Amino acid sequence: MTILDVTNPVEPFLRTDRMPHIWCPGCGIGTTVNCFARALIESKIDLQSLALVSGIGCTGRVAGYVKLDSFHTTHGRAIPFATGLKLANPKLNVIVYSGDGDLSAIGGNHLIHAARRNIDLKVICVNNLIYAMTGGQTAPTTPGHAITSTSPYGTCEPAFNLPHLVEAAGAVYVARWTTFHVKQLARSIGEAFQKKGFSFIEVISPCPTLYQRRNKLGDGLDTMKYYKEKSKVKHGAPTSEVGLTMTGEIIVGKFVDRDRPDYQSLLHAQMVESLGESYVEPSETVCSCS
Amino acid sequence: MKADPRGVLTGTHFLDGDHACCEGALAAGARFAAGYPITPSTEVVERFASRVPKVGGTFIQMEDELAASITLQGAVWGGAKAFTVTSGPGFSLMMEHIGYAAMTETPCVFVDVQRGGPSTGLPTLPAQADMMQARWGSHGDYEIIALCPNSPQECFDLTIQAFNFSEEFRVPVMFMMDEVVGHMTEKVIIPPADQIEVVPRRHTRKAVEDYLPYGTNGDGVPEMAHAGEGYKFHVTGLTHDEHGYPNMTPATQDKLVRRLQNKIHDAIDRITLLEEECFDSEDVVVVSYGITSRVAQRAIEMARERGLKVGKLRLITCWPFPEKRIRELAATTKAFVVPELNLGQMVREVERAANGKARTFAVPHAGGSVHRPEDILKVIVEASR
Repeated sequence: MTILDVTNPVEPFLRTDRMPHIWCPGCGIGTTVNCFARALIESKIDLQSLALVSGIGCTGRVAGYVKLDSFHTTHGRAIPFATGLKLANPKLNVIVYSGDGDLSAIGGNHLIHAARRNIDLKVICVNNLIYAMTGGQTAPTTPGHAITSTSPYGTCEPAFNLPHLVEAAGAVYVARWTTFHVKQLARSIGEAFQKKGFSFIEVISPCPTLYQRRNKLGDGLDTMKYYKEKSKVKHGAPTSEVGLTMTGEIIVGKFVDRDRPDYQSLLHAQMVESLGESYVEPSETVCSCS
Repeated sequence: MKADPRGVLTGTHFLDGDHACCEGALAAGARFAAGYPITPSTEVVERFASRVPKVGGTFIQMEDELAASITLQGAVWGGAKAFTVTSGPGFSLMMEHIGYAAMTETPCVFVDVQRGGPSTGLPTLPAQADMMQARWGSHGDYEIIALCPNSPQECFDLTIQAFNFSEEFRVPVMFMMDEVVGHMTEKVIIPPADQIEVVPRRHTRKAVEDYLPYGTNGDGVPEMAHAGEGYKFHVTGLTHDEHGYPNMTPATQDKLVRRLQNKIHDAIDRITLLEEECFDSEDVVVVSYGITSRVAQRAIEMARERGLKVGKLRLITCWPFPEKRIRELAATTKAFVVPELNLGQMVREVERAANGKARTFAVPHAGGSVHRPEDILKVIVEASR
């Protein structure tokens, strides 16, 4: 009998001493982490240079499971924390990994300003269309008519179309996939690593426990079938046309891939122009260690 | 270690308190600030924005105080010494991240140039009404250190002290200025860099495999690593164990929260900074801090001219509250008189520490100006009866 060595290739990227994780059966967050780890393998990126910052919520727990320098910050503030980290040590590759409520509601102001500044951050936004950690309340991304614990008669608010929002604010790379599109998602994450500037990848992900169940949309498997049947790949689609509905088509693909000088390049150019030789590069003196 | 000379503007200057605070931060090694404009504090970061590109650092103006107060903490974990500056309404918005800094033991400084409140209150006029907020404003049990300067010179000297305490104890330090101290202009002497003691980061020297991010060596303060060095550590605002991993049990909570308190309590004698002018058995000791201590000084002189036995105790460290010294003085003093630009905050601490051994008299003032010395004198006279 042959005993196979069955180490999962993504295991070296995980804090296996923290398993099992807290995510529910059928949840898509673990799938996105798997894609993230595969993107790290593919891109051969230096793991020591990577730092991952999360906010609060189900996706916010990603920071606790990846074997990287990882920060589980406060609700909505992953992006400004990541901004400080990146500015203090520009050599770091900083990933923000958080949920739709965290990034677009309580953290929405930071999202648009980081995109405007074009801070060199890679944002992975797992969008399960709901506040899951707290029990399934309405989020700014919840599609119209959906039932949530705080909209028991159906949501009436218009939802945010996140790719449209971040493109308008200035992101240089915007893509959307679902947790069905594992290859494409991993590839997109890899592409984002190659971009300098504010990159945003939205991943539509099921919450069978709260969103699918309350809206009678089936379980995790049913949601995969929905994603498979109703997703349409449209690279370069105008982001104004990619809004989501409860059971309609999901436009996926790479919507934006453009170049714009990132914050630190702009800062450097401005300082050199204004101060000339009296400008001292921050990276030379930033560490306060003895 | 000694200060990096590039950040030290050695010489004799004529500076307001806000600008002196900025120079203190630069001398202490701060190379990162995140801010949001708010009167009467903005001059600190305006000067920082002008000065720091020439000494190798970064200022960023964020979209609000919520962002500023966490951006600076990202910078700290990236290796910088960092701070933010604000006033009442902005300080209110920063409370959550004071708690985050306390929980994650992120060394940093929050400068609050106090103005009249509540709410928008008196944007251009002084108060000392954020003193309890500085101590208790974020939820949960935690300890911070708060220092109160009463002159531009102290805005320089004590800002360095604030950074040094923050690094030594890995704790957020509140630098509690007020509008008058912030905007008053006086002589400020900045010594040569080799005469300025700066506490470096408690950076670990341990090998990656031996490093325990929240393990301590007896003094209750863990060693720190920075992102990008290979330690692959985890930081969370959740209750965490020595690995930095979430562990939400009552036992872990008890151990962690008690350590966060005890690392400050156990060092209270070293943290306590007082200016004292007490002789034997005064009838009255005037306890004050910040700008009010300078008005109180005049009231004390007037009382002494009248033959009253009056001592002075100025709180430079307001938190942790120096209750031991109050307790000692209570044994030999008839009464404490506590003038402050609020309707009664630190006076409660004095009364608690005096524990009935001496009477305590408040001299409240709602803010917008400073006391008149006569108003303090009146209470001294009453208290000495």
